[in-house]
Amino acid sequence: MRPFAYERAADVRSAVAACAAGMADGAGAVYLGGGTNLVDLMRLGVVSPGVLVDVTRLPFDGVEETAGGGLLIGAAMRNSDLAAHPLVRRRYPMLTQAVVAGASGQVRNMATVGGNLLQRTRCSYFQDVTKPCNKRAPGSGCPARNGDHRNLAVIGQSESCVATHPSDMAVPLAALGAIVHIEGPGGSRKVPMPGLHRLPGDTPERDTVLEPGDLITAVELPPLPFAVRSRYRKVRDRASFAFAVVSVAAALDVEDGMVRDCRIALGGVAHVPWRAERAESALRGSPATEAAFAQAADEELAQATPLPHNAFKVPLARNVVVRTLLDLVEAS
Amino acid sequence: MNGEGNSGPVFADPITADLMLSVNGDEHPVTVDTRETLLDTLREHLDLIGAKKGCDHGQCGACTVLVDGRRVKSCLTLTVTVDDREITTVEGLAVDGALHPMQAAFVERDAFQCGYCTPGQLCSAVAMVREVADGWPSAVTADVSGPVALDDDEIRERMSGNLCRCGAYVNIVAAIRQVGA
Repeated sequence: MRPFAYERAADVRSAVAACAAGMADGAGAVYLGGGTNLVDLMRLGVVSPGVLVDVTRLPFDGVEETAGGGLLIGAAMRNSDLAAHPLVRRRYPMLTQAVVAGASGQVRNMATVGGNLLQRTRCSYFQDVTKPCNKRAPGSGCPARNGDHRNLAVIGQSESCVATHPSDMAVPLAALGAIVHIEGPGGSRKVPMPGLHRLPGDTPERDTVLEPGDLITAVELPPLPFAVRSRYRKVRDRASFAFAVVSVAAALDVEDGMVRDCRIALGGVAHVPWRAERAESALRGSPATEAAFAQAADEELAQATPLPHNAFKVPLARNVVVRTLLDLVEAS
Repeated sequence: MNGEGNSGPVFADPITADLMLSVNGDEHPVTVDTRETLLDTLREHLDLIGAKKGCDHGQCGACTVLVDGRRVKSCLTLTVTVDDREITTVEGLAVDGALHPMQAAFVERDAFQCGYCTPGQLCSAVAMVREVADGWPSAVTADVSGPVALDDDEIRERMSGNLCRCGAYVNIVAAIRQVGA
């Protein structure tokens, strides 16, 4: 591991300044949250920053209520605190379910909300510096297309990259249209999910729309009253402590057997937490039946372009969407 | 030598930090490389060899210790990040020579075989029981907005970050149930 300077930021301004100074030195500076992914990637040689700016002591580690019934979640909040927060559990149960479906108790105690959003793909080629990877070493090629891609993307991928975004938490945030608050050298701005993350195209080295030195300070959950009936369902290769093969976050507003509104996002299928806008459009105003749910899922997944070893994800995603929506109907 | 052949990347000189670490109630002055993990500091500088290095990637849980009472992976924790925290290792669980109730339950229930994962299992279990007492939901909690009861499914799910290659899980669950349920 390359030696690095460690700086602990006391406020946002000094954090952004320390990161900018490190970048100006050519040292490569990054923010450190829980470190559960970053420290591992540094040890693997995938990333080798010269400066780490620790942002876990910034005063953004709580939940505030916003006008209208939403929540503002501090980016330094630990995943376990987010999942356990009474207002999150009550108003957005799919978010709590997604967070506790991810990693392990120890990792959730360390991982921050901001860091969770910015974790890197677990594609085995990305994590192995002896292999080509367009995301890690642009232009070196993608062995996954003809290699191990069983758990990689089936939708929105490109010739250059078939990586998936590994976060569970990001899936309900995409469904909710959560707004990511960002402070950076160029000032402050807000980016609604799922727009934080980007499809790989021919520049898969960029996971997100963040510019160098940008710092996520908070994630705002817009009010969504019907999210009290929401659910995160995750399919994985073992019962616990495994990344999603396919997951879905869904919220459903049903009245008199008809879908008034809904939110659906998929995990484990794309380079981004995938907001299922086509399925949502198909469902609004339709009957809340298994047939309608299946048709909506099919419309969404008609865009899928799976590879030979992950084609099973398409019918799996369809079935998980249908089952999750049916569960929500039965619960309402 | 000198970067020829297979000597690997050539790095600049290490960067060190002088810290005061609070471990099991004692203050320890240490000088650490910023790259050093808490696991390595505990084992190599402080002679606290209870926490074990298993995978060194945060996957096996053998390195689990408590930071401000919360269970974390010490192999993914940079030592420079915890100089203002209170660290508890398995060596700090017993009080005045009396085993912690979780340690006594592991002995009584024969909750280990080779013992390598046991320090991590113990630290994890002690903190996990506290998480349940605080009402934290898990992935097997049916209603995440409601109360939590520590049944065997909950124990297994909440302990999934601690692997035991001997497969002592049945007795580990029994020991934790004895203390926490």
